[in-house]
Amino acid sequence: MAHTADNIYYVPHTAKWPLIGSVGLTLLLGGFAAYLNGAAVGANLMWAGLAVMVVMLFGWFGTVVGESESGTYQSWEDKSFRIGMAWFIFSEVMFFAAFFGALFYARSLSVPWLLGEGSGATTHQFLWSAYTEFWPTNGPEDWGDSDFHMGWWPLPFINTVILLTSGLTVTWAHHGIKDGKRGPFILGLFLTVALGFLFVFLQAVEYKEAYHEGLKLTSGIYGSTFFMLTGFHGLHVTLGAIMLTVMLFRAIRGHFTPERHFAFEAAAWYWHFVDVVWLGLFLFVYIL
Amino acid sequence: MNAYTGTADEHLDHDHGDHHGPAPGYLRWVTTTNHKDIGTLYLWFSLLMFFIGGAMALIIRAELFQPGLQIVDPHFFNQMTTMHALVMIFGVVMPAFVGLANWMLPMMVGAPDMALPRMNNWSFWILPFAFALMLATLFMEGGGPAAGWTLYPPLSLQGGDSLPFVIFSIHMLGASSIMGAINIIATIMNLRAPGMTYMKMPLFVWTWFITAYLLIAVMPVLAGAVTMLLTDAFFGTSFFNAAGGGDPVMFQHIFWFFGHPEVYILILPAFGLVSEIIPTFSRKPLFGYTSMVYATSSIAFLSFIVWAHHMFTVGMPLVGELFFMFTTMLIAVPTGVKVFNWVSTMWRGAMTFETPMLFALGFVVMFTIGGFSGLMLAMTPIDFQYHDTYFVVAHFHYVLVPGAVFGIIAGVYYWLPKWTGHHYNETLGKWHFWLSTVFVNLLFFPMHFVGLAGMPRRIPDYAVQFADFNAIATLGAFGFGFAQILLLVAVVQSILGGAKATGQVWDGTEITGGLEWTLSSPPPYHSFSPQPVVK
Ligand SMILES: [Cu+2]
Repeated sequence: MAHTADNIYYVPHTAKWPLIGSVGLTLLLGGFAAYLNGAAVGANLMWAGLAVMVVMLFGWFGTVVGESESGTYQSWEDKSFRIGMAWFIFSEVMFFAAFFGALFYARSLSVPWLLGEGSGATTHQFLWSAYTEFWPTNGPEDWGDSDFHMGWWPLPFINTVILLTSGLTVTWAHHGIKDGKRGPFILGLFLTVALGFLFVFLQAVEYKEAYHEGLKLTSGIYGSTFFMLTGFHGLHVTLGAIMLTVMLFRAIRGHFTPERHFAFEAAAWYWHFVDVVWLGLFLFVYIL
Repeated sequence: MNAYTGTADEHLDHDHGDHHGPAPGYLRWVTTTNHKDIGTLYLWFSLLMFFIGGAMALIIRAELFQPGLQIVDPHFFNQMTTMHALVMIFGVVMPAFVGLANWMLPMMVGAPDMALPRMNNWSFWILPFAFALMLATLFMEGGGPAAGWTLYPPLSLQGGDSLPFVIFSIHMLGASSIMGAINIIATIMNLRAPGMTYMKMPLFVWTWFITAYLLIAVMPVLAGAVTMLLTDAFFGTSFFNAAGGGDPVMFQHIFWFFGHPEVYILILPAFGLVSEIIPTFSRKPLFGYTSMVYATSSIAFLSFIVWAHHMFTVGMPLVGELFFMFTTMLIAVPTGVKVFNWVSTMWRGAMTFETPMLFALGFVVMFTIGGFSGLMLAMTPIDFQYHDTYFVVAHFHYVLVPGAVFGIIAGVYYWLPKWTGHHYNETLGKWHFWLSTVFVNLLFFPMHFVGLAGMPRRIPDYAVQFADFNAIATLGAFGFGFAQILLLVAVVQSILGGAKATGQVWDGTEITGGLEWTLSSPPPYHSFSPQPVVK
């Protein structure tokens, strides 16, 4: 074990940000729900909640960054953060697993059943006997009235190259801080952030093209799985890029040492996670 | 099991500069980062929700007292069945377990506190807000959710204004659970006392460790499922609509991939509690510690590959029906190992029957009844008959009420003297146990009969031949409900005063050991700082 009985684990005395976070979260989600139900006040509540959440995140992380820079945390506390971040990323993996599961279920089970495979023969015959479209499909009632689907060339392929490259630059930055070279650290971070936002931009271009061609969120099960999977991924890329941007500003301010830079590592782990999810997307959503 | 250096008094004397008491006034409870304070908040919240969810159950049972419609209209009845389940699962059993974990895990592993104390505060303080959103739907247009807690589409998409509120409430509850689980994992992995290897950890710590992994693995899947409901309802996706190429049954698959591990989330910590209590009052170490750990792990693993036993009647391919039948029946093996070990622990033990032991014994007997009815339901051809009848209701209430809830109550009585420093009123506790046990069987046992005879669940009316057993069940429900007031009385009395408890509380803990008994009763504000050394 890394510690001895004489070490004192740091336990903060009070925390005011969690309650503020709960208020913000409730305003944000309750407002969104009211908005979905058509209540005029909903959108206002939602934006107010978002503002509270942003303040909360700055306040909470600001406190932790201050404690970290003043040397409050030793390797013992550091390990708790590592465990926490690792299992948080695992929970994110499982969130994506639900949507990948929906994609696999639709492609290999429910759509074939609608087409009459297995025990679906009578369903097919009596419900939608004219339905013959395998995958990609917008369903037997031709939802959204468009059969356009997104190929892997050129934008998705370019985005794959961009994300893989950003995985290299963030590793280069990591080696920089480990060797105590702040130049490569900052440059590597900057390149990673730039590539990340470039990815998000190109994803937006791709969405625009899709909508132009008639592929929408409402285009049946293909549109649903395509936009929900790539959309949630894009959201996570954005979050990861914001995290890395914070790390970039902290790096410029002189934060982090060759031995102690877990905040950066956590953001880098998160970045590799969105990278891996993208590879799954590229394979199962675009190529296959 | 373990030997320790240091005594209760020694730990009290450590007064490092960093030590302090709680913040003054009500702010203590709002801003606290202390595992005991947060555990207390969780447990009180759970007890409050227990009475709210219980009141909903009594509305259901009052309506079912006689055939015909008397008290509530069917739509409100449906809201009550839905909300009762959501409240009891997410508002009572899960928070109670997290509360017990907060109180006891740091003391049991020799830690100063939970590993991530600020996040611990947030895990709790999301809960009241999430339930405010959920309960508020009862007063909205169209009322609360009424499609059952499983939220099956397309029915769940046809309600009033409640849907997005319930979905976001579930998102918040999921976030709270995931943060709580991460905290528990970090505490167990990183804050164990030097010398406490994994295979020296108390069983309650072990079962919670495994439960925390289940939570992290499946709560995000539930979040994904309800997110798809939300986009189907408001953004025009067609995950669960066959016209657009989706499938309503797909929701059931995703939901139950969460749902079955969830039922183990609701029972594994109770296994841990019973595994702590039975050795203490049998004055013998737990029989088969290692096999208990492996049995718990096996149950957790199997829980991921059995989910479709909830869906035998939806029209799965035959190979699916068989696969899920056999995997489900396999769970009986590790569960049987556990029951065998509890009984073997008692074998030739010097047993006494204080209230925690009574509830633990009630757990073993009645959980096993629920386990056996589960085995019956696991068989596909038999499930075709039982599906959606009161037999299913009887089954899961036997594992959840005299199972999970009895386990929690046993844990509360077991550790109450440790928390408050006073023994509870033993006579009152025994009354609580016997009234609960008699009434809970009166409540749920007749449901087996009406279920086997074909009474469908979630319907406010029934055929007259089911009248007698339903009347009995309703009597049992009201008796059980009002008996729980004794729990509140016992807890309040123990907080206010009573016979002083020693550090070790029960004489049996001398044999079974455990770091929590080396601390005074009540324990110091910071549990172990610095840590003890386990030999
Ligand atoms: Cu199940």
